Amino acid sequence: MSKAIVLYLHVHQPYRIRHYTVFDTAVKHDYFDAAYEDQESNERILQKVAQKSYLPTNARLLQLLNDNPQFKLSLSITGTVIEQLEKWSPEALQSFKDLCATGRVEIVAETYHHSLAFFYSRAEFEMQVEMHKRKVQEVFGQTPQVFRNTELCYNNDVAYWADRAGYKGVLAEGWDPILGWRSPNFVYRPTYTNQIRLLMKNYKLSDDIAFRFGDQNWAEWPLTADKFTHWLNADQSATNFNLFMDYETFGEHQWEESGIFGFLSHLPQEWLKTGGNTFMTVSEVIDNFEPVDQVDVPETITWADTERDLSAWLGNGMQTGSIQALYDLQDRVIATGDLALIDDWRKLQTSDHFYYMCTKYFNDGDIHAYFSPYQTPYEAYINFMNAYHDLRYRLSEKGVTV
Amino acid sequence: MLGWELPPHNSGGLGIACYQLCKALSKKDLSIDFVLPYKADHGIDFMDITAAHPQGVASVVRSGIAYDSYKYVLEDGSEQWLNIYEQAQLYEQTVAKLVETKEFDIVHAHDWLTFRAALRVKEARGCPIILHVHSVESDRAGARHGNPLVHEIEETGFLLADRIIAVSQHTKNMIIRDYGIPADKIEVVHNSIEPADITPLDGDNTYRYLEAMKAQGYRVVTNVGRLTVQKGLPNLLRAAAEVVKRAPKTLFLIVGSGEQYYELIDLAADLGIGPNVLFTDFQRGKKLRDAFAVGDLFVMPSVSEPFGLTPLEAIGYGSPALVSKQSGVSEVLKNCLKVDFWDIDEMANQIAAVMLNDPLRDELHKNALMEFEKMSWDDASHKIERIYQEHREVAYA
Repeated sequence: MSKAIVLYLHVHQPYRIRHYTVFDTAVKHDYFDAAYEDQESNERILQKVAQKSYLPTNARLLQLLNDNPQFKLSLSITGTVIEQLEKWSPEALQSFKDLCATGRVEIVAETYHHSLAFFYSRAEFEMQVEMHKRKVQEVFGQTPQVFRNTELCYNNDVAYWADRAGYKGVLAEGWDPILGWRSPNFVYRPTYTNQIRLLMKNYKLSDDIAFRFGDQNWAEWPLTADKFTHWLNADQSATNFNLFMDYETFGEHQWEESGIFGFLSHLPQEWLKTGGNTFMTVSEVIDNFEPVDQVDVPETITWADTERDLSAWLGNGMQTGSIQALYDLQDRVIATGDLALIDDWRKLQTSDHFYYMCTKYFNDGDIHAYFSPYQTPYEAYINFMNAYHDLRYRLSEKGVTV
Repeated sequence: MLGWELPPHNSGGLGIACYQLCKALSKKDLSIDFVLPYKADHGIDFMDITAAHPQGVASVVRSGIAYDSYKYVLEDGSEQWLNIYEQAQLYEQTVAKLVETKEFDIVHAHDWLTFRAALRVKEARGCPIILHVHSVESDRAGARHGNPLVHEIEETGFLLADRIIAVSQHTKNMIIRDYGIPADKIEVVHNSIEPADITPLDGDNTYRYLEAMKAQGYRVVTNVGRLTVQKGLPNLLRAAAEVVKRAPKTLFLIVGSGEQYYELIDLAADLGIGPNVLFTDFQRGKKLRDAFAVGDLFVMPSVSEPFGLTPLEAIGYGSPALVSKQSGVSEVLKNCLKVDFWDIDEMANQIAAVMLNDPLRDELHKNALMEFEKMSWDDASHKIERIYQEHREVAYA
């Protein structure tokens, strides 16, 4: 019986809000256009990430695809990052297209704007999933079969929705309180569904690469492809190892100096040394293995923080207040038919804006701070609300009551 | 220890800092004799307090303001007025007399008014002197040069001191910049606050008008401090004018007195925000506590603030804070808004954001209060005890 690594990488960049003050509200509507040298410049950040991560990683992935006919992977790539690549790094976008052209890279479905719309507006959520599907068809020439919700937000409702929408699979965190004694290294079936399958991230193995790889204080440092493969081979019964992580792990979260590219380059050949070992995309693993059990997830889980819940995005009053205010504008924004206004409203839905407002652990200067272009969560909120008030102003200019 | 004031007769933060520091230090195995230039009932039992009265003086009358003149009533009934500089000289002479009969290991002096006295003691007794800097002359002069006599006293003191303690990195940087003192001679010991010493509110706020307006959707910005160039209030009023344009239901409560009082009233009127700005004059006790409590945001826009205790007091009484980056407190407090004192637009942006978005106010305060509740003077007293030990060893070596 064969055993597969399911490597799934998530590519995303938000449209960060510039230092947008009360003096800009009702005057300028360029929320996302920071000066190039500013912390919040989307163009500068995208080009930096393209140089450090997308281009070098894709070069190696393409090499691996060419060298190893069995090597495969899955990608999710948001609409907001595809747009930015089109504008500011066409060569990086082309490198993603080149991967897809091998026929062994599967694109995963999600919301175009990397939003939490599922929890606030089902109509808006479905619109964004549809927008993403069309963008992927247009850019990569394939139609996604498997769905992931933003930040791997998952519960029974998500599975039920994805089942009805015709997806063959859905992705989630393999969180211990959910799995109990069970292993994430199998295919599961969500409760209350028939057709759809559930793939759960093996967070221990995934985080060994995504978080711990460069940590010299980690007992397993340095992690080699040989050692990692050895761990996987030790699990005799597993069918699939779901290694799910941010794409930017390669070259951005883990810098080139950590040896992460060497690890990536050696992993396939080490893994494939053992007979029966292979790689599969998310669809293939679902096609190849029967579900071993059903999994019930009544409460929402995500892949973030030790809590694995939504508290990184919706954990304080600034976050819940601002996101609710934004979705309260939905009907009025959509009714204007003003595409620029609707687009700005959607860009403001990107979950990163709310993540930057997270005050959990702010005192410890933790991982949240690493990913934020702002000094404090309060600054993030002030910029967001000034932009929100400007959206309201634009609505009022059109005669809409706000 | 040589100091200039202690509560309840303090004019500002200096007296409170000395009081809290000595209280924390008194838990250690050391005894403190605190020498003041005047006599008063302090109700303090954790250290000895000596009044450095010159001979023949029956009483010293001082106003609430540290830098005002002092009235000396002599035993023959006549009165004499001394300015602050003369007063510092008199203090120096009387301290020099006093130490002839006292036993001590270290002299720890607070701010320039006591530095000459410290130098005299060092000259007479050869003991180590530690100068504790709560502000330097360019702070008080609002980033300008200041009084050359005071500058000279500070410079001489810093050069001759065995060690200098600065209440913040900001102040340490100023000492290095203004006086060329080597960085390794200056230790940063941040001020703090004792949450348990905060007098609780009584549930009935003095500021009835503001409470009534808040019930109608108004929001209140408070400032507490001397109305002097160092405190940067003209910038706050200029920012206020921008805030009121965008958040008309904003009121500004300015608590304090000082030489800029009338100038600020004038400025508010000129900016067209006269009705939005309320001046209360100097307050202490309940009226001061209630001012902190009634605010939705406390703003400390100081041009240069060595530490800045008032934002912490405001947090303790229920209001979040916006502080200038040119302050010591901005080095220790994370959950607050921070702005360059000169950046009026950003100050307005941040104030308006709090005025228009209650979740920002509430989240800021909730998190700031958690920081506040963990604060204590114990860290400061540990550091100072260590400094004492180092210098005692040197003294006996």
